[in-house]
Amino acid sequence: MVEVTDAIRFLLNGEEISLTNVAPDLTLLDWLRLERRLRGSKEGCAEGDCGACTVLVGRLFGDEVIYDSVTACIRFVGSLHGTHVVTIEHLRGENGALHPVQQAMVDHHGSQCGFCTPGFVMSLYGLWMRNPSPTRPAIEKALQGNLCRCTGYAPIIRAGEAMGTYGQPQGDVLWAERIAVKDTIKALNDGRRVVVGEGDQQIIIPASLDDFAAVYEANPNARIVAGSTDVGLWVTKFMRNIGPVIFIGHLQELKRIAENASEVRFYAGVSYSEALPIIQANFPQLGELWNRIAGEQIRNMGTIGGNIANGSPIGDTPPPFIALGAKLHLRRGEHRREIKLEDYFVAYGKQDRQPGEFVESVTLPLLPAGEKFATYKISKRREEDISALCGSFRVFVNDAGTVGMVRIAFGGMAATPKRAKAVEAALVGKPWTMDTIEAALPAFAEDYQPISDMRASAEYRLLTAQNLLKRFFLDMAGQSVRLKREVA
Amino acid sequence: MNKHSAPINLAVMHTNTRHDSGPKHVSGTAEYIDDMIEPVGTMHAYLGLSTKPHAEIVGMDFSAVLAAPGVIGVLTNDDVPGELDISSAHMHDEPVFADGVAHFWGQPVFAVVAETRDQARRAAHLAKIEYKDLPFFTDVRSAQSAGGKLVTPPLKLERGDVKAGLAGAPRRAKGAITIGGQDHFYLEGQIALAIPGEDEDVTLFSSTQHPSEIQLIVAQALGIRHNAVTVNVRRMGGGFGGKETQGNLFAVVAALAAKKWNRACKIRPDRDDDMSATGKRHDFVVDYDVGYDETGKIHAVDAVYGARAGYSSDLSGPVTDRALFHCDNAYWYPAVRARSEPLYTNTVSNTAFRGFGGPQGMVGAERWIEDIAYALGKDPLDIRKANFYGTDTDNVTPYHQVVEDNIIHRIVDELEASSDYQARRQAILEFNRTSAVLKKGISLTPVKFGISFTATWYNQAGALVHVYKDGSIHLSHGGTEMGQGLYIKVAQVVADAFGVNLDTVKIMATSTGKVPNTSATAASSGSDLNGMAAYDACRQIKERLLAHAAKLHQVEESACEWVQGGIQAGPKFVTFGELATSAYMNRVQLSAAGFYQTPKIHWNRATGQGHPFYYFAYGASVSEVTIDTLTGEYTVDRVDILHDVGKSLNPAIDLGQVEGAFVQGMGWLTTEELVWDAKGQLRTHAPSTYKIPLASDVPPVFNVKLAEWSVNKEPTIGRSKAVGEPPFMLAMSVPEALGMAVASVADYAIAPQLDMPVTPERVLMGVERLKKEARG
Repeated sequence: MVEVTDAIRFLLNGEEISLTNVAPDLTLLDWLRLERRLRGSKEGCAEGDCGACTVLVGRLFGDEVIYDSVTACIRFVGSLHGTHVVTIEHLRGENGALHPVQQAMVDHHGSQCGFCTPGFVMSLYGLWMRNPSPTRPAIEKALQGNLCRCTGYAPIIRAGEAMGTYGQPQGDVLWAERIAVKDTIKALNDGRRVVVGEGDQQIIIPASLDDFAAVYEANPNARIVAGSTDVGLWVTKFMRNIGPVIFIGHLQELKRIAENASEVRFYAGVSYSEALPIIQANFPQLGELWNRIAGEQIRNMGTIGGNIANGSPIGDTPPPFIALGAKLHLRRGEHRREIKLEDYFVAYGKQDRQPGEFVESVTLPLLPAGEKFATYKISKRREEDISALCGSFRVFVNDAGTVGMVRIAFGGMAATPKRAKAVEAALVGKPWTMDTIEAALPAFAEDYQPISDMRASAEYRLLTAQNLLKRFFLDMAGQSVRLKREVA
Repeated sequence: MNKHSAPINLAVMHTNTRHDSGPKHVSGTAEYIDDMIEPVGTMHAYLGLSTKPHAEIVGMDFSAVLAAPGVIGVLTNDDVPGELDISSAHMHDEPVFADGVAHFWGQPVFAVVAETRDQARRAAHLAKIEYKDLPFFTDVRSAQSAGGKLVTPPLKLERGDVKAGLAGAPRRAKGAITIGGQDHFYLEGQIALAIPGEDEDVTLFSSTQHPSEIQLIVAQALGIRHNAVTVNVRRMGGGFGGKETQGNLFAVVAALAAKKWNRACKIRPDRDDDMSATGKRHDFVVDYDVGYDETGKIHAVDAVYGARAGYSSDLSGPVTDRALFHCDNAYWYPAVRARSEPLYTNTVSNTAFRGFGGPQGMVGAERWIEDIAYALGKDPLDIRKANFYGTDTDNVTPYHQVVEDNIIHRIVDELEASSDYQARRQAILEFNRTSAVLKKGISLTPVKFGISFTATWYNQAGALVHVYKDGSIHLSHGGTEMGQGLYIKVAQVVADAFGVNLDTVKIMATSTGKVPNTSATAASSGSDLNGMAAYDACRQIKERLLAHAAKLHQVEESACEWVQGGIQAGPKFVTFGELATSAYMNRVQLSAAGFYQTPKIHWNRATGQGHPFYYFAYGASVSEVTIDTLTGEYTVDRVDILHDVGKSLNPAIDLGQVEGAFVQGMGWLTTEELVWDAKGQLRTHAPSTYKIPLASDVPPVFNVKLAEWSVNKEPTIGRSKAVGEPPFMLAMSVPEALGMAVASVADYAIAPQLDMPVTPERVLMGVERLKKEARG
């Protein structure tokens, strides 16, 4: 029998917090600003896109406390149990001086209106801890989720490049604190289930994966929240009542990644950031896509399971996962079943998931030797944008030069992530040539009747989908067809 | 020795002084209005917005709203005791809330006031508003075909014989370009806090570029005198023009509630509501007919500038005027006729945005330059040079002002050389010959931007300088700080004037109670106007102190001299602190109000003639891009900029303005797309759908230089030039370069004619169109 406690406990900067009365939809930003009157973190958009509210959340990872930048505006307080929240107010240098990251920003004229600045400082601080003297691409990546409207970013990038010369993490006063913080966090993660409130105001923080399965089976109407990068907006934008909520972002068992000779299995709670090294090692063709999913803060929060489970037609992981032939593992209580990922997406807003059932993991078969594979994301802005369309292509060309196997899947082209079966049929068995590609292009219109919206017109979507098949052919043939942003 | 008696740091003017709020910005302690500790009992207001693009409001049922938790009440137009008008143009066409008719999707219809913001916001969604649909249109072309109703009188600029010029020209370029609008996306949204006082008094904290306007509008709505309203602005989290007039509504709602319930009231819309309910940069369609010859020289220009003004006038009159004032960019037109059409549309009333219509006018000019270049098979840079204003001749603008300070030739020549333009263009032409999918483009575009408010009376400013007995200084002026560094620049002027350390000068929040009847901090004029006003205040105090020093030490005034740290009075040196103390003891006034009015300017709108600009700011940029002809995606690979700020008051701050303006301008012309759907609703009202540039959109090679040799010919403060707006237009070289890359698919024989913003979709569709046309 799992022990139950009734308080959400975490560290805020230097203070231990215990909350027994907290609504499931209370955001960290509102709590900081309205209840704690810590007003250094700003609300710029309340949807996790501008980064003005960026704070760090430290959590146990193995035997270490690691800190992720997150957007406080769509992070729920209920998800913070057993963590260390670090806000801009906690940053300081020695003897009351500015922190090295802050001083670098001041000296490089990195702030103008200043409203976005605390968020930038926190993102840079998170980067500095891991990599105090980063390259420009590393800085740009760390800042993908921070918008600045004044500076044009150039001085902020310069500050990032210089911050290592202002101080090193080992000399950071917070660094020393964080080692002591670990013991506190360990004690907070005491293996008990947390239950706060009741009815639709209830928060349940299960003690383990099995506990989660049991709790959800017993409460099938509860809302599962992992990274809250989608559900967060239901609250901040649509003011939907999301309770009762089961928070699962803390479950270590859901953060497992199992690799063997033929496949990689991601448990549902693995964040994009956590998955990145494994993706890069096993599916290097997805590395670029991975770094173009949202911004750093959202990749630190959002999970692979969530990206699948919510059934969005514009999620970026389903197209490549479908092309790879991913298997989805669903669980209800102790009952588990496995389906093809592509079969999970039934229709817009409808997935093959039963009440009380959840996405436990997804298995990606490794790409067999000799197969070609690529995924292309198209968006109005290159980074931190939602796909207008995202196409994934996988082909096996046999010794005779004909297409032995082909799988193509797209997001943004239909009401669900969807395979291009007519195009595949037009390719399979044919010589792998540009003529074959050209001949297959009309089949796209059979597979997809995309819509026009603010991201792209239907015409553009269809034409680009067709052109991406051409790009795939040329790309695989080693021709120079990919834009590269060369940063010195 | 306290730290304020540290040795004098000699130079404060023309130095790279850091932003005064920098340390507070980076530590989260710089206070914005939402960060202030609210007075006890502060109420929160939230707007209810129209969900129709054009409809009669036939019923409003607030019973569910009033029954919602925490709700104190609802505000409608019935609660406005004074004038029902928040129009900045004072045209009486902008009621506080939709008055019987909703004119656009997102128009405020009412406000809810509750104990918390969350309660007010939730309750606002419970109102039952009954609408009767009316026909609507949201864009320029449909407004024109619906009869072309205007929200404010149009302008015509005319010089020379256009008809003859066109008829006599060997070649013609005719066409139209659509130029999109732009959301300001200030990171701090609109916000106001009103605190009621005794009698009719009300004190406002408003995120506004124009405190005096907020004061006027609030007084007008409450039916009270201006002297009962005090407006304070410490800083804004970005403005860019979006807080020149758009704060009016929020301030009025907060003030109405504060006076009605005698409690403080704060209002802050969510980002989506802010972007739906507040005005933006005007979208334009420019129809043009240009006559030119085989050398590329323009003979005559006839153009009509249709603008999406939205439902009311707001600043659409002066904005469309400024588009016409910049229909020439840096080019001399022997004959020109430019006409504006500020069109009524069922969209939010568009407003000021960095450049104020100028950018749209200049994009039009670059369009026909490009058309001419492609028609003649020449480098557009050659066409640009062929048409630049002369220095002694060919120098009269379409509004009959003579350009007296033209430095565009030197700017462009230097940039062309420093950017290695010619060699890079040749390399790009070569690259495009062999690269099948990826294509490159390069472009050099000039900027000439007129400085001064075209509303001539706005070109005045006041300042208030106090010197305290200990020699410390209080500085107030009418300008507002939105990140542009105005406060630090004016503080530099004051520190320099008195020869004291910068930290002797305390910069005070802008307040209508300190300096009255101020102009908006807009039109790039902040430093020019307020710097001079502050200097004037310093001058008065300095004169008194000098006379006092002479008397004190019994020397002639002519034997006294201001030096660093104080006055040298004959053989005796008196520190500034000692001077202040003894001046007080001898009853010498240590405070002064300064004033400045820009000389030389005049403008007759009826005739379209005058001298509306005190001077011009110049600049140029070179952009190099690569496009993917399969998808339309692109990268901006390198940008070189040379920009003129006269003799810079603060090169670091000015460089920040130039870099920031360029990137903001690049966003406008590339990824920032405003999309209205068929139902008349704006669909791009949050950063998830409206894409401003990111750090990773900054060109990997970004060489930005100020023209260090430039000195303003006019006696401006320190011979500097305005910097806020002019560099925004440097971004024009990006779409021009994208156009070249697109044109490469048809061997540069067809003008690319891309509409703005040049999204990846527009690039791909341009590529497809040109390929098709090339095939015939």
